[in-house]
Parts: sequence; structure tokens; C-alpha cells
Amino acid sequence: MIDAADTAWMLTSTALVLLMTLPALGLFYGGLVQAKNILSVLVQCTAVAALCSVLWFAFGYSLSYSGDGDWLGNGAAFFLGNLTRGAVRAGTHIPESVYVMFQMTFAVITPALIIGAYVERIRFAAVLLISALWLLIVYAPVAHWVWGGGWLAKMGVMDFAGGIVVHVTAGVSALVIAWMIAPRHEFPHGIRPPHAPWMVMVGASLLWVGWFGFNAGSAVSSGADAGMAMLATHLSAASATLVWMAIEWIKFGKPSLVGAVTGTIAGLATITPAAGVAGPLGAVLLGAAASCVCYFAVWLVKRVISVDDALDVLGVHGVGGAMGTMLLPFVSLLGAGGGHLNLAVGPQFQAQAIAVVVAALFSAVATFVITKLADMLVGLRVNLEHETQGLDFATHGETGYHINR
Amino acid sequence: MKLITAIIQPHRLDNVRQALTDIGINGLTITEVRGYGRQKGHTEIYRGAEYTISFTPKLKIEVALADDRVDDAISAITQAARTGKVGDGKIFVFELLAAQRVRTGETGENAL
Repeated sequence: MIDAADTAWMLTSTALVLLMTLPALGLFYGGLVQAKNILSVLVQCTAVAALCSVLWFAFGYSLSYSGDGDWLGNGAAFFLGNLTRGAVRAGTHIPESVYVMFQMTFAVITPALIIGAYVERIRFAAVLLISALWLLIVYAPVAHWVWGGGWLAKMGVMDFAGGIVVHVTAGVSALVIAWMIAPRHEFPHGIRPPHAPWMVMVGASLLWVGWFGFNAGSAVSSGADAGMAMLATHLSAASATLVWMAIEWIKFGKPSLVGAVTGTIAGLATITPAAGVAGPLGAVLLGAAASCVCYFAVWLVKRVISVDDALDVLGVHGVGGAMGTMLLPFVSLLGAGGGHLNLAVGPQFQAQAIAVVVAALFSAVATFVITKLADMLVGLRVNLEHETQGLDFATHGETGYHINR
Repeated sequence: MKLITAIIQPHRLDNVRQALTDIGINGLTITEVRGYGRQKGHTEIYRGAEYTISFTPKLKIEVALADDRVDDAISAITQAARTGKVGDGKIFVFELLAAQRVRTGETGENAL
């Protein structure tokens, strides 16, 4: 039976999650690149959102959420052919149409997150091809395993809003693509700083708000679970923001804006899998852990393994999502308003860790194959002249800023 | 006639303008420029990584004036632009071959 309150909240959540890609992620990423590449990032976000929406309608939803096979959904909902106006999504009190749409916004933002790895040097055709294949080959199966009744769901893995399904898959895949496409030509020492830190903050703030739909919407109801998830989400973001600022303040003597809002995103990614389990105290602790660990992870990827994951998709999203997933059983012990308080910590941790490792390995291998294929079919990189000129004009024929008229 | 080109710290512009006005020099042109001298740029830190900003933002001031005003102008600019720190800028003086006011067609020092 359709519940009006649940449906209203899920419609709202869906709108909030789409806002996270358009324009929030575009602004967050766009401010971090050079001025000559701002439009290319926005085009990529827009195009990936549109492309993945259509693919979700055609194949993605069915492969993820139709049937309860161990490995993959069935083809019964291809092109949403079996969707009726009055259909209610099983296990919920909302129309299936709303569920399709809510999950579509997740299928849009996950490939869009990967954009951060390959900005400022990728061919646009490669963006489209990689995103399309990645949605169907990586995202759809993993979403099915964890959320669609697949083998990880049957094993009892808990991923409230996408620590594994969204952040681990995107983060690991980002690293693989960044490694395969090779660094920007100025990497590491000639890289120019973010062209518009204020834009990064605007994007991150919209992400923060949109994340309420992402996490509290993942309750797929409008009641107590959604309320607690929103509270936990906000507290984790706040705590992580403070801790990242504190780290920079102590280390460099100045707390930066870009640092503060990077902390925000780390805290949000980290609470994502645990938003349904962590109470307020657990959320504050998770947020603090997020900034400490992600700060270190960003440094590790850039300076030690020297992969040009340009906007730190692995370091912030991948590591945050994995950490939240693994710490979930422990924060459940803190109670304080959280849910599922009688988790068996040991076995649950084992299941969570298996899920993270399997999702990471699967994402890495599948993304490697997809990227190789894209390289053979359309080529991954623009030439050096176009990279130097900037993708805005070289690829899209537009210029972001006409300051002198 | 001479053309003075001065590279100064952007935040000293108001001081310099006031100093030149005070000694009766009316009219100057500014351009936002970037460059480095002994200051050698600076570093900025984003997400823990240091970025070298080799070319620091500066302002370039251009003033055209009669030969007998050059020394006054140089000392006015120097005093007004100086903070005492590295990166305060430089002043260059060029011979100016001709000048013409567009509206009236006046030439030479009358055009300044």
C-alpha cells in the first residue's frame, strides 16, 4: 500500500540527490580545476547525468533491482516495460516509479564522482563510453549484490546509503582510470592550484544539503529511521569539517576553505554506509575519523603512489566509504539513538570487510577492462596541445570566463 | 617627456594615486599584471599539497610626464608604494618620443 508521507519524502529526497550531481558536484569539481577547464567539468557532469539516466531506464534498473538472483537482476524491467502507474515497490510503501527515480539519481552521481580522477586531460568520447559501460558493468551488479537482494545482501552486509555501492566502487575505479590515463603533463610539481575555491565551497555546501536526501532518503520511509539518518549525516559532516580545519591549522598555521569543505565531503562519505546505524555520538566520532584518515589517504595517493587522481576521488570518497562501512559494527555499540543495536560485532565486521574487498577488487578489474576498451575504441587522452590550451575551448569550443569582454 | 612604468604591490595603489595627485600629477593608467623578482612568488597549500605561485599578482602603473616632473614622481611613488618587504616592486623610466591628445589634437607636453 502506498503511504503518502513516505512518498512525499522520497520525492523530495530524489530531487535532493539529483541536485548533488547538477550542479553541486559540477561546482565542487569545477572550482578545483584550472579556469581553462571549468566548462569541461560541467559538461561532463551534465552529460553523464543525462546518459546514465537513459541507461538506467533501459537496462540499469532491471539489472540492479528486478529479481533476487545472487549475482545480477533479470531483464524483466528492461526499458521499464513492466512498470505500471499503481505498482508499489516490494518491501516499501512508495510507488515503484518513485523508487526507480530515486535509485536513478544514485546511478547518476556514482559515475559522475569518477570524473574527478580524469579531469583536464580526457577525451569527451572516452568520458561517455567509460561512464556508460561502467554503469552497467560495475554499478548495476554491485548495487544488486548489496541492495537488490544479491549475495552480499543475503550475507547480511549493511550499507545504508552507499559506502560500498557508491563510494568504494567510484573511488577504486577512479584510481584505476587515473593510473591508466596517466598524469596531467604538469604533474606533480607544475600543477596549478584550484581556480575558484569559493566555487568549491558552494558545490560542497549543496552536496551537504543534497546528502540529506541521499542518506535520510535511503530509509525509503519518512519516519524515525530517516530522522536519525539526517541527524547523523549532519553531525558527521560538521565534525569532519572541524577536524580537517584543525589538521591544517596545526600543520600549516592557516585553516583553508578548500580544506574545510574537503573535510565536509569526507565526513559525508564516511557516514553514508552507517547513517542508519550510528547515533549522534557515533556520527561525530566517524566524522572525526574521516578527516584524519582521508587527509592521510589524499597525501598517500598523490605523493607516495604518485597517481594523478586529480580531485582525490579515492582519497576522499573511496577511503571514506570503506572506512564507514568497516566501522559500522563498532559505532552501533555506542547506541545513543542509533538503530540495530544488537549487531554481533565480530561476524558483522567480517561481512562488511568481505564486501568492501570484493567490491574494490571487482571494480578495479572491471574498470581496467572498460578503460582498455575505451582506449582502443576512442582513445583516452587529448593531445598535449589541447591539454595545454584547455578542454573548454579545445573540446567544447567555449570559454568559461570572458573577463575583458 | 618621459614615461614612468612602475610595478607595485596591488594594495598600495590608493596610496600611490594619492601621492601623485598631491604633487599635481593627474592621470595614470594601471594594468593588472603578474610577475616575479627577488620575491620569487609564494606557495599556497590545498589539501595538504603545496603549489608554487611563481607569478605574483602586481599592478603596473604608467604615467607620462614632463622631464622636470620625473624626480618628484619617482620619489612620490617610491614613498607611497614602499612597505619595506621584498616584493615592493620597481620603477622604470623611458624616453617618450611623442604624445597627442585624441580629442583636441594637441601634441607634446600640452597633451599630457
